Amino acid sequence: MSDSLQDWRDGTYDPAVAKRPERRPEFRRSSGEPLAPLSAGRDGAQLGFPGEYPYARGIQPSMYRGRFWTMRQYAGQEDAEASNQRYRFLLDQGQTGLSVAFDLPTQIGYDSDAPEAQGEVGKVGVAIDSIHDMRTLFDQIPLDRVTTSMTINSTAGTMLALYAAVAEEQGVSRAAIGGTIQNDILKEYVARGTFIYPPAPSMRLITDIFDYCTREIPRWNSISVSGYHMREAGCTAAQEIGFTLAHAIAYVEAALAAGLDFDAFGGRLSFFFACHSNFLEEIAKFRAARRLWARIAKERFHATNERAMMLRFHTQTGGVTLTAQQPDNNIVRTALQALAAVLGGTQSLHTNSLDEALGLPSEHAVEVALRTQQIIAHESGVADVIDPLGGSYYVEQLTDEIEAEAIRYIEQIDQLGGAVASIEQGYQQREIMEAAYGRQVDLERETAAARQNGAAPGATGAVTVGVNRFTTDETAHPEVVRVDPSVGQRQSRKLEQLRARRDSAAAGASLDRVQQAASGEENLMPLIMDAVKAEATLGEIANGLRAVWGEHREAVII
Amino acid sequence: MSDAERKIRVIVAKPGLDGHDRGAKVVARALRDAGMEVIYTGIRQTPAMIAEAALQEDADVVGISILSGAHLELFPHILSACAERDITPANTLFFCGGIIPDEDLAKLHEIGFQGVFGPGANTNDIIEFVREHVAAPA
Repeated sequence: MSDSLQDWRDGTYDPAVAKRPERRPEFRRSSGEPLAPLSAGRDGAQLGFPGEYPYARGIQPSMYRGRFWTMRQYAGQEDAEASNQRYRFLLDQGQTGLSVAFDLPTQIGYDSDAPEAQGEVGKVGVAIDSIHDMRTLFDQIPLDRVTTSMTINSTAGTMLALYAAVAEEQGVSRAAIGGTIQNDILKEYVARGTFIYPPAPSMRLITDIFDYCTREIPRWNSISVSGYHMREAGCTAAQEIGFTLAHAIAYVEAALAAGLDFDAFGGRLSFFFACHSNFLEEIAKFRAARRLWARIAKERFHATNERAMMLRFHTQTGGVTLTAQQPDNNIVRTALQALAAVLGGTQSLHTNSLDEALGLPSEHAVEVALRTQQIIAHESGVADVIDPLGGSYYVEQLTDEIEAEAIRYIEQIDQLGGAVASIEQGYQQREIMEAAYGRQVDLERETAAARQNGAAPGATGAVTVGVNRFTTDETAHPEVVRVDPSVGQRQSRKLEQLRARRDSAAAGASLDRVQQAASGEENLMPLIMDAVKAEATLGEIANGLRAVWGEHREAVII
Repeated sequence: MSDAERKIRVIVAKPGLDGHDRGAKVVARALRDAGMEVIYTGIRQTPAMIAEAALQEDADVVGISILSGAHLELFPHILSACAERDITPANTLFFCGGIIPDEDLAKLHEIGFQGVFGPGANTNDIIEFVREHVAAPA
């Protein structure tokens, strides 16, 4: 840790820039005056410095002067052919990383022809049943040059195996691929709902993946511990941080219990947060999360590897903040949220499309969303200096407060026996439900106030422009993107052909080996790799594990 | 309990594989706070499970929430599973909510959903809608 701005320049910033030059040799104001990379007042050392523990001011020494955040739009629909087209469109438009949305059957381990999948195939993402779909999904996309984030949890191991197998077919080794699997089952139990197995075997599968990635796929982020979906479900900013870091603690403890070394795998943990509209609170939230995780890594897990102390995160703007009413307003909401994420130091960003409260985004809306990020990056100037809000009395105080509040949630979860136990007791679920319902009550008080003549907007503090205030009679209904309903039949036909064509004995034997290992302790990942290459399907692998592990049944809490 | 005191009985259900249940839970809670007897089924309910819950609970009202876009595929199956148990739009109020395009409203109305509540809907309006449409106990 540097003692002064000069120390930081000499010891951290200059060496980093010497190693990897910044985007431009010089950054200037409109008058031509050069911009210093970082401002730090007299109390600068107290705040810490970018690229130094505890990282409140950012994890990299030069932040976005070195490289912009990765612009990564979550996309996927229908089948692999259609989604491959969308990815290539996005890459042509200047997107810098891929983010795959899978349909619900794929996320919950059902092949497209399973009875449970009917009506859902290709709806909220792409349907992937086998290595053939995965090959098509990344056709003409060089997997050594693009990084890919995959929102996949219960079936994350299978999806990672499919990705690595397709990369291998492209001539790219496992060691060279980069990307992220979400692989965060705890928030599925709490808020998102794509769980399959009970907690204990799910945690075992996750630690198998940590171990396998550390040894075989070293550039892969083996988890993205997610607050996003809990926030969408209704929790507050401080709860988002508290619950997410409590879940991360549970994963680390499970991995330590399995004999893994935190310094070895900790650097591949990544995080995923929402960014809502309360601009300064969100910025402070990101700074608090970074500082708190660094402290947990160092003090609780005794990390010595600095990378294991750095909270690297993806941000998505708040889906739940979008309105179906006056949808153009969503462009402005998303722009503000994206700017907060950037001022909060995000590593990658998804900006929502203006029409997402109505249905799947149109191509035009996706383009506007991506342009929003490009305008912030290239026109706003906020990326030309590091952590410009650091040192603001207000932002620093808010950062402290949110950190303290998040610590209280983590302590509460510790007292309940850790995150798995507290989920089983319904703690996070109940807290989220209370916050969600409270918010709804506030919004409706504002609505009631609006219906009374003379009540001033905002008296209750819960205004949604265009919904409970400043409403208009809307007659125009934007066109809705529809998923081709024949995609389910097409996927089923492909599966039928696959099952007729493949070496059934080899596929069956590979599935048997996965199932045997599931009841023992052997790492499942190499066996899942073998199974996907033997053309076993995603649903077959999941069904084999279901047979051994059973299925999770959630306790319903309202 | 006499008929006069009988509370309106509501099933709130999430069909299909969609896990987005904030809306379903908030509506269930609001109807309960308004004095109704509410059973929330949880996520991943098949048409048969929803129909069976409606039967077992002697529901006056069935509310379905879906955000995955599979409503046109799944809702007719729910109604036929209910009809097999003699639960029909003639004797039970069906309503739904979620991400449902305006152009589907006519179709949903035609198959028996008397109310569709999208993003931004007010729970007081839903409560009022349920009270208005559930016939007063005989």
